[in-house]
Amino acid sequence: MSMPLIFEKSKPGRKAYSLPELDVPKNESPDLLPDWAIRKQNASLPEISEVDLVRHYTELSRRNFGVDQGFYPLGSCTMKYNPKVNEDVAALSGFNNIHPYQPEELVQGALQLMYEFGRDLCEISGMHEASLQPAAGAHGELTGLMLIRAYHESRGEGKKRTKVIVPDSAHGTNPASAAFCGYRVVEVKSDEQGGVNLDSLREVISDDVAALMLTNPNTLGLFDENVTEIAEIVHNAGGLLYYDGANMNAIVGVVRPGDMGFDVLHYNVHKTFSTPHGGGGPGCGAIAVKKILAPFLPVPVVDKQGDLYTLNYDRPQSIGMVKGFYGNFNVMVKGFAYIRSLGAEGLRRVAETAVLNANYIMRRLEKYYNLPYDRHCKHEFVIDASRQLQYGVHTNDIAKALLDLGFHAPTVYFPLIVREAMMIEPTETESKETLDAFIEAMIEIAQLAETSPEKLQTAPHNTVVGRLDDVTAARRPILRWTPPEE
Amino acid sequence: MYPKDLKYTEQHEWVRVDGNQATVGITHFAQDQLGAIVGVGLPDEEADMEKGSELADLDSMKTADQIFAPVSGKIVKVNTALDTQPELLNEDPYGEGWVAVIEMTNLKELDHLMSADEYEAHVAKEAGE
Repeated sequence: MSMPLIFEKSKPGRKAYSLPELDVPKNESPDLLPDWAIRKQNASLPEISEVDLVRHYTELSRRNFGVDQGFYPLGSCTMKYNPKVNEDVAALSGFNNIHPYQPEELVQGALQLMYEFGRDLCEISGMHEASLQPAAGAHGELTGLMLIRAYHESRGEGKKRTKVIVPDSAHGTNPASAAFCGYRVVEVKSDEQGGVNLDSLREVISDDVAALMLTNPNTLGLFDENVTEIAEIVHNAGGLLYYDGANMNAIVGVVRPGDMGFDVLHYNVHKTFSTPHGGGGPGCGAIAVKKILAPFLPVPVVDKQGDLYTLNYDRPQSIGMVKGFYGNFNVMVKGFAYIRSLGAEGLRRVAETAVLNANYIMRRLEKYYNLPYDRHCKHEFVIDASRQLQYGVHTNDIAKALLDLGFHAPTVYFPLIVREAMMIEPTETESKETLDAFIEAMIEIAQLAETSPEKLQTAPHNTVVGRLDDVTAARRPILRWTPPEE
Repeated sequence: MYPKDLKYTEQHEWVRVDGNQATVGITHFAQDQLGAIVGVGLPDEEADMEKGSELADLDSMKTADQIFAPVSGKIVKVNTALDTQPELLNEDPYGEGWVAVIEMTNLKELDHLMSADEYEAHVAKEAGE
């Protein structure tokens, strides 16, 4: 079932383009470029006709799996359906055919959208000012931490505060972002409820702590009910609180990080506010901050003066730009379209339905799979394969078997604090019929684990390719195609 | 599974002592928990290590993890074979899968390490959780 590469389909002389006659004088002077920069032979690009080219990529796209095709319960990633109205709005010529070098007075509509989007993000999070520049969640984390660093430096405490506390149930990028920003990462353990262990926190907190980064609800899908106490402990020691917005889908319109005591957060606009993601971008990791951090925000900030929107670079304490131009504008347009088409009540229903859907699946699966933390979950939950291990069936086998049944696999082996973890996030957009079909598939797999585990251990059977040797692929990757020797 | 002539840490590193030189690796239990190891980030030779600081990082098919220096000192040898053959950590954790040799600056730190029997009890407790 494997497909030839486009290079293998190449036949000399075929082409899928027709260019107009050159309408300027041809100049082949060797003086135009230094000798080393002049190509000596043609690049060996595939030669193929237009129809074969179209068929090749159409065939490839049919082998893809996306949320427009089926259920995609990838925990921590919020692979929700992206309403098509977002695309309509993003395709409007006034948004789509503008250039970042255009003068402000000719892009007032775009600037207004950025201004209002920033205000909406502040209102939803309970913060005071926003920056839309960061291109993704981890970029937002780094930017937020740079603001925290600038804040401590402005108070003469930059050198003293060297640590960032990250709970072991935090989003995986948190420790990496803190380390990248030059901080030493201190981990605190979870308690039996899956929340931050307050005693452990009190042990590590001191005046050398710059910040605590919290994902709430955390990667177990559990809301930390001690959050205001955590905030108090950190603030009393002079540290700030960073909120990882990866799981905003669970709380949007219901409770606000700013009210919980956080000083800065990033959104994953591409998750919570429904823009396509998962292929490496583009994304939007907008951040929002309390007043104390606002002076340090990246420039430019979109301001409103009278009826005019302007890009304000006059922020002397700013950390500078963190992205070329103003961020991924097209993603902002889609996120804004989503927020405004749902409104405040609609957003609240997003969170409520996402949480309801997750709890529904969790409670129907608990008879078949171990639930390491048996509490009401938020928008996602974690099960593990400990009951299936006795039959030699691992989480990986369950995930592969789901592919045979037409579902994208959930997140596996994360969070790290649960052995054989499987993290399921259904999102709010799925019907009860879809949720039930997934539940039935999971039950069928649990029964197969007892009766014929070998079927699971060798899954998938119905996909284009079967079980891949992912270990060899990781250890000895073949990264490029090489033409056969002639 | 846990050679008697080695010393062990709670984070599943082993130490083989020869004079003031300590060879460091990860235990059978550690490699088993990590699963197939597919990449290793090795330290630089000559680097000074403090006990507990990060010695190397590991990528496995399941997760990413760090190896911490069990003792303080200067790194005098690094097992660069792991760059191209990370599977040695899985296949021969106490032999060809060694990670680095540290020239120890404080031999007293060895007193805090576990014997094979103590480590086995530690593993049994952790696996039971």
